[in-house]
Amino acid sequence: MGKLALSDEILMQVEKPARYIGNEVNSVVKDKTRVSVRFAMCFPDVYEIGMSHLGIQILYSMLNEWDDVWCERVYSPWVDLDAIMRKQSIPLFGLESQEPVRDMDFLGITIQYEMCYTNILQILELSQIPLTARERGENMPIVIGGGPCTYNPEPIADFFDLFYIGEGETQYRPLLDWYLENKRLGGTREDFLHGAAKIPGIYVPQFYEEVYNEDGTIRGRKKLYEDIPDVIVKEIAKDVTNIPYPMNPVVPFIKVTQDRVTLEIQRGCIRGCRFCQAGQIYRPVRERDVDKLKEYALEMLKNTGHEEISLSSLSSSDYSKLDELLDFLLAECGERHTNISLPSLRIDSFSLDVMSKVQDVKKSSLTFAPEAGSQRLRNVINKGLTEEDILRGAALAFKGGWTRVKLYFMLGLPTETKEDILGIGDLSNKIAAAFFEAVPKDKRVNGKVQIVTSTSFFIPKPFTPFQWAAMCTKEEFLDKAHLTKQGIMSQLNQKSIKYNWHEADVSVLEGVLARGDRRVAEVIRKAYEKGCIFDAWSEYFKNELWMESFSECGVDIGFYTTRPRADDEIFPWDFLDCGVTREFLLREWRKAQEETVSPNCKKQCQGCGANRFGTGICYVETFDK
Amino acid sequence: MKIRIKFAKYGVMKFIGHLDTMRFFQKAIRRAGIDVKYSEGFSPHQIMSFAAPLGVGVESCGEYMDIEVLSMTSTEDMKQALNRVMVKGIEILSVTPLPERAKNAMASVAAASYRIHMKEGGFPVTDLKTCIQGFYGQETIPYTKETKKSVRELDLKQGIYEMDADDEGGIRMLVNASSSGNIKPSMVFEKLCQYAGWEILPSACQVTRLETYADLANEGEMPRFVPLSEIESL
Repeated sequence: MGKLALSDEILMQVEKPARYIGNEVNSVVKDKTRVSVRFAMCFPDVYEIGMSHLGIQILYSMLNEWDDVWCERVYSPWVDLDAIMRKQSIPLFGLESQEPVRDMDFLGITIQYEMCYTNILQILELSQIPLTARERGENMPIVIGGGPCTYNPEPIADFFDLFYIGEGETQYRPLLDWYLENKRLGGTREDFLHGAAKIPGIYVPQFYEEVYNEDGTIRGRKKLYEDIPDVIVKEIAKDVTNIPYPMNPVVPFIKVTQDRVTLEIQRGCIRGCRFCQAGQIYRPVRERDVDKLKEYALEMLKNTGHEEISLSSLSSSDYSKLDELLDFLLAECGERHTNISLPSLRIDSFSLDVMSKVQDVKKSSLTFAPEAGSQRLRNVINKGLTEEDILRGAALAFKGGWTRVKLYFMLGLPTETKEDILGIGDLSNKIAAAFFEAVPKDKRVNGKVQIVTSTSFFIPKPFTPFQWAAMCTKEEFLDKAHLTKQGIMSQLNQKSIKYNWHEADVSVLEGVLARGDRRVAEVIRKAYEKGCIFDAWSEYFKNELWMESFSECGVDIGFYTTRPRADDEIFPWDFLDCGVTREFLLREWRKAQEETVSPNCKKQCQGCGANRFGTGICYVETFDK
Repeated sequence: MKIRIKFAKYGVMKFIGHLDTMRFFQKAIRRAGIDVKYSEGFSPHQIMSFAAPLGVGVESCGEYMDIEVLSMTSTEDMKQALNRVMVKGIEILSVTPLPERAKNAMASVAAASYRIHMKEGGFPVTDLKTCIQGFYGQETIPYTKETKKSVRELDLKQGIYEMDADDEGGIRMLVNASSSGNIKPSMVFEKLCQYAGWEILPSACQVTRLETYADLANEGEMPRFVPLSEIESL
């Protein structure tokens, strides 16, 4: 057995040493002398979070299918080990080889949420790789960023050699081939990056500059090479049925967040909720073939030994063969003592029937995400869920034995009024009342109903119709949360309703990072140097250090959050093309203000622009079109 | 049908704790396609019993677990099927059918033997044998056991059935591992360090569990320890 990067002494003093030893079932160990490319694939958060991410499993499996490539995994060392590694100058290592990341050819980092930005710097520093791309020497790994946050890469552009925009299945082979070719030709790092910048979907930030107006908004961009593209179009897998899928996912020893087989049934979402970034950037909707999914499910359960399988998609109920797939899984999984987990299902009689077969009704809870408290505001955000839908679904569920309901709302949405906020309490109350109406006294098993109402704060995201929207201040957010609470407390059934709200500080910061430009990079670096890390973990989030960093760098938070944007303002991310056009987003932004809803992709095409990829829902004749 | 499985756990797998080792085996049994019996109820689980939890950092070549199966071809097939789905550092040593009347692994455990050695070099003493004999020859070996709830005075000597140095510079001991009087080798080693005046970090030594035993003696008789795998005699 290979030698571990960490001594027994260290492993015995840190929490959960299994995070750092590799050796898991289905992890891939290759002979390093027989590969030409060493790739470290990183999720910049703790092991249990990173190991739950499907995207890394897909890329890990795809890259390791290639004989000349060895892909390993890297996660953020938890704070206890972080301190030891800094003190003893131990370089961060890949889990499989236990060898330093800095000796590999590539370090790929998936960027799933803004609050992991300081962890990216942690990964680089512990790897002993200079934080900014310009400081890196010829023999340093090429640092690649990917994932949803790269749809506005500018706040972290300085830290990356290149970004891969879009779905990872398409351009890694050409990129690695060019890397090997450039090596053979004796080319430099600069030569590699220059060539890479011409590969579809690849963005090399150091070859571009942002130019600003006097008021701080963006005037335009300058390129350093004439032959590189002005606009980078996202990459997309046209045929999702015939792309690689990990049949042998790595099985962790310790319990991780998603300790199960994940079956991705489709990409994209037809719904077009106006606050939702995923609903735009993954367009068009592409379904996987149901027969292939059945095969995958059995194969992956066999190869992992997992006791549970979960369907993954943005809106599972919209998958056209859902009934067929679930019938199959119910039959197969029952025999195998396997659980089925069904996130993102619309609550109706079919889904309740399925759920009652796979979970203990008495113990589980049902989730609705109305997102806004009034029909008016739900029309603004294009959330096609009506009060009637919710009450009908809840009544069905209560009759079926469920007694717990979770409700998710957002505060601070564009055009929100006091009435919209008070509507949250009203709706929560009506659902509680629906229980007492639906279930006669003698049939109430647990005696009463439990409604948990949660609110998060709305954060405008790039490539959504709300990218123009002004965000609230922290004080406004907290006032809205208090008003929500008062609204709930004044309800008849308030004893059945529990209210939780999200932190406001983190939301404000996320707002800056989401729509920031290159000037925000300095703040991120400063906050990290002051000790910010694991910002997504409330116990480690240090708002005062962030605030200090903003003021020391002279960066105004309000410029990025509360400032209203003109229709024609150039955004930091406008050089990217996610398929959906700016004209479409602007049209939707105006419709939002007029409180007009847009039908979903199955009902009527809205001309978003994603049909140019020549695939998916845009070319499927649907029954109710 | 009850089955007893003996396995070894070593190398990096020593960092996998007891509960995670159980989870590992639950998944391994499914990967191996073993027709294992599940409990009744809404969330059925595999019927599985481990003999004695092994501490994190400790290696072992004498671990046991019992499972129940509905069907199987042969114990040899099962051993091979399991070994095909193991990871480096866990190895199935034997698979034996268990008589219906036998107590489960956990209830059977009476004693365990251990070996302690220095990961690098040897113990800081010229004559280890004499040193160990001197330590073990004491009338009593008092030990203060502190838990979150209580402080208890124990006499370790009562629970150390054998103790000696081996020819390769390691210390071997056979100690009580029953649920009522379990003695950890680290407790014995701590007292030995005090006795011999050694300052050794726990992480500088490797503890290995060599075997786990049942006691076949009737009440009042001298103990008669046999490995848990010797099921015929149970």
